[in-house]
Amino acid sequence: MMSDTPNSNSLEKFRRMLRIRHFENEAEAIHAKGEIPGALHTYAGQEASGVGTCIVLRNEDYMVGTHRSHGHPIAKGAVLRPLMAELLGKVTGICKGKGGSMHLSDFSVGSLGETSIVGSGVPVAAGAGLGAKLLGNDRVTLCFFGDGATSEGAFHEGMNLSAVWKLPVIFCCENNGYAVSTPASKGVPVKHMTDRAKAYDIPAVQVDGQDVDAVEAVMIEAVARARSGDGPTFIETITYRYADHAVNMGRILLDRGTEVDEWRKRDPINLYRDRLLASGVAADVLAGIEADVVAEVADALQFARDSAYPTQAEAFDDVFVDRLPIPDFVQL
Amino acid sequence: MAKLTFLEAIRQAQMDEMTRDPTVFLMGEDLVCNVFGTTTGFVEAFGTERVRDTPISENGFIGAAAGAAMVGTRPIVDATISSFLYPAMDQIISIIAKSRYIYGGQARLPLVLRSCMFYGNSNAAQHSDRPYSMFMNVPGLKIIVPSNAYDALGLLKAAIRDDDPVLCFEDSTCWSSKMDVPDDPDFLIALGQGDIKREGSDVSIIAIAGGVPLAMKAAQKLAKDGISAEVVDPRSLVPLDTALILKSVRKTGRAIVVDPAHQNCSAASEIAAQIAEHAFAALRGPVLRVATADTHLPFSPLIEKPLYPTVDRIIAAAQKLVGVAQPSV
Repeated sequence: MMSDTPNSNSLEKFRRMLRIRHFENEAEAIHAKGEIPGALHTYAGQEASGVGTCIVLRNEDYMVGTHRSHGHPIAKGAVLRPLMAELLGKVTGICKGKGGSMHLSDFSVGSLGETSIVGSGVPVAAGAGLGAKLLGNDRVTLCFFGDGATSEGAFHEGMNLSAVWKLPVIFCCENNGYAVSTPASKGVPVKHMTDRAKAYDIPAVQVDGQDVDAVEAVMIEAVARARSGDGPTFIETITYRYADHAVNMGRILLDRGTEVDEWRKRDPINLYRDRLLASGVAADVLAGIEADVVAEVADALQFARDSAYPTQAEAFDDVFVDRLPIPDFVQL
Repeated sequence: MAKLTFLEAIRQAQMDEMTRDPTVFLMGEDLVCNVFGTTTGFVEAFGTERVRDTPISENGFIGAAAGAAMVGTRPIVDATISSFLYPAMDQIISIIAKSRYIYGGQARLPLVLRSCMFYGNSNAAQHSDRPYSMFMNVPGLKIIVPSNAYDALGLLKAAIRDDDPVLCFEDSTCWSSKMDVPDDPDFLIALGQGDIKREGSDVSIIAIAGGVPLAMKAAQKLAKDGISAEVVDPRSLVPLDTALILKSVRKTGRAIVVDPAHQNCSAASEIAAQIAEHAFAALRGPVLRVATADTHLPFSPLIEKPLYPTVDRIIAAAQKLVGVAQPSV
């Protein structure tokens, strides 16, 4: 792997991965206490996949994600306050309290949605690529999905369109091994997700999704290809989610035995910390970054807790550009 | 003033708006070869980037329209026959209808999804659908149902300029009818504004899409028997001009809703319910629906045609409401 030099880019990757981890740890803790309604799908374990890809993008480049939505906007550079407020269902949330855990999408950092119908973001990403092409700009679109999505028709249709129209899209299959509870080996007939791309003649590469530098390296190539008009790339990041499909569901959907412990030995943040230390970054620099991140997460939680819930009228906003009429039975 | 057919009005609306706004583009299956005549001269005028043939991949390209709209273009998707919307239900409902809401207003989806209702011509059950009422059950989708060239031109142009997603259902039974339309390139009909197609005092016939010309013929015949029928065309189903419908019913005291779609949970059912809830005191009889029978549409023409609303069925409904003795069956 590329040798790392302690530049601001590597420290930024470290910072963003830590932001995701501490954000997820806090979210899981307060979800267990009942402060977050609904289901919580956490990204802990997959940080290098999100950060290694997003770090290559410009702020105005586009991104489409999934129900496992917390990590993607943080990887793309979003601030934490509106994200945490959204988890708590507050009006200051990034989606004004109407999206929640499966939809943390910050359009100010280029997001076009984190969608919870598996595979449904792939045609949208193709369309963003088409839009950029028609408008004549050089923005690229990064599309995240999981191993499970590669069995969906929407995935294949979006891949097909992107290939025949040579669209500037980077498909990132975050292969965490499971479609909810079904192992990839039982849902996908090919050995590697990259084999799915062969049918569309899309260049495909598999990468260690625990190694943020390795992910970044393949992403640099993919973005260069997309920006120069040479079409899409398929990246498969081999990664792992530590938590169950959704956390605190009352029972574990799947007993993964010692598998989680084995993967924790290759934790993406620990791996990267070790690499930075070995390359000469002072331990107290890294500790300082971590202290800052812990403070940011605490600040985001305080902001979320201090924020108001949406008013009832908010339920009728954003269906259309103009607010819907509010029926009589709804108490305002 | 120019005299255009319904299909020529669709073409004109697209031509006007693509000329006016370079971010408007058209995509769908077989546009370049111009199957229905709504893209005559478009490739020469705009090129194949903006007049874009797609693979047969409705969920893919309808979803792509959503993505393209979110980044600042204004796609018009020609899905040809309305049955072809079904493979794309996932994208239409989960992405196009919901994205603005889920993301708290951050997303903007100015796109138009056109499709035709190609019924009454022995196309069998899979190609004869009139599915607008299914989409009325999903918040976040505007729906227009023009019944003539004038309305098609004004409504489609307004739909293309609208910042919300709009579904345009084009009734093939109206395609060849000709009408004078304004030359003004900014001629628009606001969505949610119905139209009184004929004034009357005895009975209100609220008719949708291809139901409107039938209702007009029925009204002419009824007039000869001394029954004065008012024909109300909602023109858009979402938003629905409930005020206009209720005003007409309060005046006449009788209501018939004509809907080419299947009756069960139809637009006609919703309109009938609105009338019953809000104008009950004015009613002198039940609200009647003249819709398509709730069975599939068969290939063989002799047994297909009688399933749809007809002029005779509308006349019979009106006579029943005003108390004309009915012939025993």
